[in-house]
Amino acid sequence: MRAFFILIAAVAMALPAAAAEQPVELKKAPGLDKVEGNCSGCHSLDYIVMNSPFPSAALWDAEITKMIKAFGAPISEADAKTIADYLKANYGS
Amino acid sequence: MLTRRHLVRTAGAGLALTGSGIGLLSTAAAGINLPSGLPEGLRNNAILDTLPGKKPLIKLSYRPPNYETPIEYFRTAITPNDAFFVRYHLANIPEVDAKTWRLAVGGDGANGETQLTLDDLKRMPAAEIVAVNLCSGNRRGLFQPHVPGVEWGYGAMGCARWKGARLKDLLDKVGLKKEAIEIVFDGADGPVTDKTPDFIKSIPAWKAIEDTTLIAYEMNGVPLPHLHGFPARLILPGWTGTYWMKHVTSIKAVTKPESGFWMNPAYRIPLGKFPTVARFTSQDTAVNTPITEIVVNSLITNPLDGAPVKRGAPVTIGGIAWDAGYGIDAVEVSSDGGKTWTAATLGEDLGRFAFRTFSYGFTPKAAGKQTVMARASNKIGQGQTTELIQNPAGYHHNVVHAVTLNVT
Repeated sequence: MRAFFILIAAVAMALPAAAAEQPVELKKAPGLDKVEGNCSGCHSLDYIVMNSPFPSAALWDAEITKMIKAFGAPISEADAKTIADYLKANYGS
Repeated sequence: MLTRRHLVRTAGAGLALTGSGIGLLSTAAAGINLPSGLPEGLRNNAILDTLPGKKPLIKLSYRPPNYETPIEYFRTAITPNDAFFVRYHLANIPEVDAKTWRLAVGGDGANGETQLTLDDLKRMPAAEIVAVNLCSGNRRGLFQPHVPGVEWGYGAMGCARWKGARLKDLLDKVGLKKEAIEIVFDGADGPVTDKTPDFIKSIPAWKAIEDTTLIAYEMNGVPLPHLHGFPARLILPGWTGTYWMKHVTSIKAVTKPESGFWMNPAYRIPLGKFPTVARFTSQDTAVNTPITEIVVNSLITNPLDGAPVKRGAPVTIGGIAWDAGYGIDAVEVSSDGGKTWTAATLGEDLGRFAFRTFSYGFTPKAAGKQTVMARASNKIGQGQTTELIQNPAGYHHNVVHAVTLNVT
């Protein structure tokens, strides 16, 4: 996991042509720290906001499963549950 | 010191002033004319943001960068490079050094293998083509019911003049075996972690050897900009942007279908739902097939939706139409909700794969809301749909576009 984040830092520094990415502020609610910690390594958090308010609980579950199974996101089972609860409560339908 | 917000606002205002007078600041508080059908979260979150070397574009996501082109830039058949949409799947996007870049050509479906430098590529016979690069998911954000993904509005597309070597000439250097079924492309960009599937795409061998399939190194007369695939990318006129591999480093002829994530399950359409002529049958499953051709489509670019116009004063309805390269046959405009349609005048023909501009003179007769619609048809009789063709990934949205004008 530590190596993963070092890799992310290295990638971020190797992107002189990237835009000045601004923090995407999600709703402050329980679980936000797990969302920021697990999701923002691979993508900015505007991906979450732009689909709201449509995703159902089942769709958020499917998205998290896709991130873990198809995209190999190293998210623990406990964190996945916390993230799912946060997304359903704050960005779901 | 100027703040970033200030810069974005200033840039937006500048665009409004140089446009037709119906500027980007005329509607939403954020200064962007976003379709009302987009998800609320997208509408609240999208901003005009300036990537290096670009005009302010509509930012959907920072990383990977997904930025769409405001409609104002589609008033000409050629989309300027600095206004061209930006789309990446994965966030590791290195700036390629032209001196050390190499393009490897080979694979088990080729008789040999070779490696080219950028100079080698440029020494090959050059071809130029004007072609639309359109994201498969353009207008996904307008799907009802909602389809998850990047919630694009109208601007995940552009049309440029591309210059490069023909792919078939590159493949001739190594010689295709008769068993070669697909050509597989990889680019220098990739995932943040090695557990994420790299973005790798294949095309049918028959499509690869068409005269119009290029490995381009120029876009609108200048070297490919970084965000558009420097130093070289695949140009696949008529087919959606997913195949147009940027920063291409590897071209492999293969004798078995490419099986990576980005070929299946990604970028699939249900079998039999769309009137597709060009098929990618080596990738078919029992239920779906890769997206291939762009569907016939059009967009009204002037006036913008919600624009104020004067009763009794002539207004030119302008826009663009495009298809998979069969050629736009006609664009028709309706101002009575689709009951009657009148032919618009087509603009300059920059080739069968290009945006075709159209214009139509219209005089609003009564005050109030006035809806204007446009629909295109092509030379093989394909047209646009009035009802969305639902599909799980939100592709091929070509519902007739309408704008509502405020007549006073």
